[in-house]
Amino acid sequence: MIEAKNLVKYFGHKLAVDDISFTVEKGEVLGFLGPNAAGKSTTMRMLTGFISPSSGTSVIGGRDIVKEPFEARKMIGYLPENAPTYPDMTVTGFLEFISEIRGFSGKEKFARVEKVLERCFLSEVRFQTINTLSKGFKQRVCFAQSILHDPEYLIMDEPTDGLDPNQKHEVRAMIKEMALDKAIILSTHNLEEVEAICSRAIIIAKGRIVADDTPSGLKAGSSLHGAICVTLMCGCDEAVIEEIRGLPGVGSVETVEKTESEVTLRIFAEDGGGCGSQDLIRFFMKKEMPTEKIFIEEGRLDEVFRKVTTS
Amino acid sequence: MTNIWAIVKRELAGYFCSPVAYVFIVIFLLLSGFFTFSVSHFYENGQADLAAFFGWQPWIFLLLVPAVGMRLWAEERRTGTIELLLTLPVTLTEAVLGKFIAAWLFLALALFLTFPLVITVAYLGNPDMGAIFCAYFGNILMAGAYLSVGSMTSSLTRNQVVSFILAVVICLFLVIAGWTPVTEVLSGWAPLWLVETISSFSFISHFSSIQRGVLDARDLIYYVSVIFFMLYANGVILLNRRT
Repeated sequence: MIEAKNLVKYFGHKLAVDDISFTVEKGEVLGFLGPNAAGKSTTMRMLTGFISPSSGTSVIGGRDIVKEPFEARKMIGYLPENAPTYPDMTVTGFLEFISEIRGFSGKEKFARVEKVLERCFLSEVRFQTINTLSKGFKQRVCFAQSILHDPEYLIMDEPTDGLDPNQKHEVRAMIKEMALDKAIILSTHNLEEVEAICSRAIIIAKGRIVADDTPSGLKAGSSLHGAICVTLMCGCDEAVIEEIRGLPGVGSVETVEKTESEVTLRIFAEDGGGCGSQDLIRFFMKKEMPTEKIFIEEGRLDEVFRKVTTS
Repeated sequence: MTNIWAIVKRELAGYFCSPVAYVFIVIFLLLSGFFTFSVSHFYENGQADLAAFFGWQPWIFLLLVPAVGMRLWAEERRTGTIELLLTLPVTLTEAVLGKFIAAWLFLALALFLTFPLVITVAYLGNPDMGAIFCAYFGNILMAGAYLSVGSMTSSLTRNQVVSFILAVVICLFLVIAGWTPVTEVLSGWAPLWLVETISSFSFISHFSSIQRGVLDARDLIYYVSVIFFMLYANGVILLNRRT
């Protein structure tokens, strides 16, 4: 388990991280979200021991990063921001170096490099010098070094940054697969990624945790959550909207989009009550208003994000 | 231990992947040759020793060794790989030593490539080979001392030029502290013990006896202490940069 214990970081007088604590168990993928300069990278750097905390500590697999940095780092795979790599080395040379540092030698050293080259789709560039690679490949090389020793704990700072949609998909699939027996923390600006692979998400703003929940839990906090969105294939005037408002359980009605032939309405439930989609469908059928689409809004993460980070 | 070796290998491979290493070696050899033969008139002197060669080394090192040292840590900080290196299961000592040893081996190689001079003097006369090997050994130690200064200054900044200039200035101070014109000026107004103390900090003072083939423990201790002190400072600087 990865534990952050009351992490605080001052840069001079500036408070970058203000008492952050959380835990991540194996099998969990924790997403770190937040505006830029919120303290995400700083927190990750404190977790891996690159920066020492002003107070507090991080415990990785039972090892305190401040007191036992060596043992703790053996268990971590870290992908730093901007995916740094040694530009004058070849891909294989770099990975072999990492393999040696990670304690492998002889045949196993090469076998591990081989395995990770294949897994990260780097076989075709294995003899190329890293500074000749495109951003996507460089990112994957750095990703490869973080998983080479099959660590129990992965800490990744924007792992899909700069990748094209196909590469993003591949990396996300890899992370999901690894999540089964590892504890993974990743930071991202991509909310769709959070929904796709994270089992939990923490939103950090101004150095403090402002939200900590599963993606669906966070979405439930959205004001749109639970609203019924209906697209009708006909016009809809004020009178009808009033009638809809009059239905039991309906709180308010919002017109999302209106064209000549179509209208999209968002119907909010009364506080505490439920407003059945079945009732609405029956209503529209009675009124002979053809319904093209009807669904229940889960809520949008970007809206929740904006709400908690700008309050 | 294996970590240090892994880092040494990585660094050395890196040197030879770019033109820097080759340019450096060629320039070093050209300069050494030029000063030995043209300026010190090696042939005309008719002496079966390599004083003409070794006498210039402190000055050639002053210019060229900081060029090797400047990229040791400044480059890591610039490319961000320092974040990678220092979060691997590698201690700071291993990282500092690994990089230093790799650069030192590189300098030793450059010095080794001056072997044609040894062959020349052995062919032309009957030199004291023991003195020559002793002088090479002293040269390598001295190069290590210069390098340790360069390594320390490169950890102070991510700009290689700044690192180079700082290293040259510090090494210059350490060199001229024992230079005859400087000691002459100092002895004009300073008490003898002060002149002696200052000149004892000099690379040149300690090099002159080694150059003649005398391995004085004091000189060895001096160079080793400089290396140790500078590398320790290097580590402290890196540690502080993290907080």
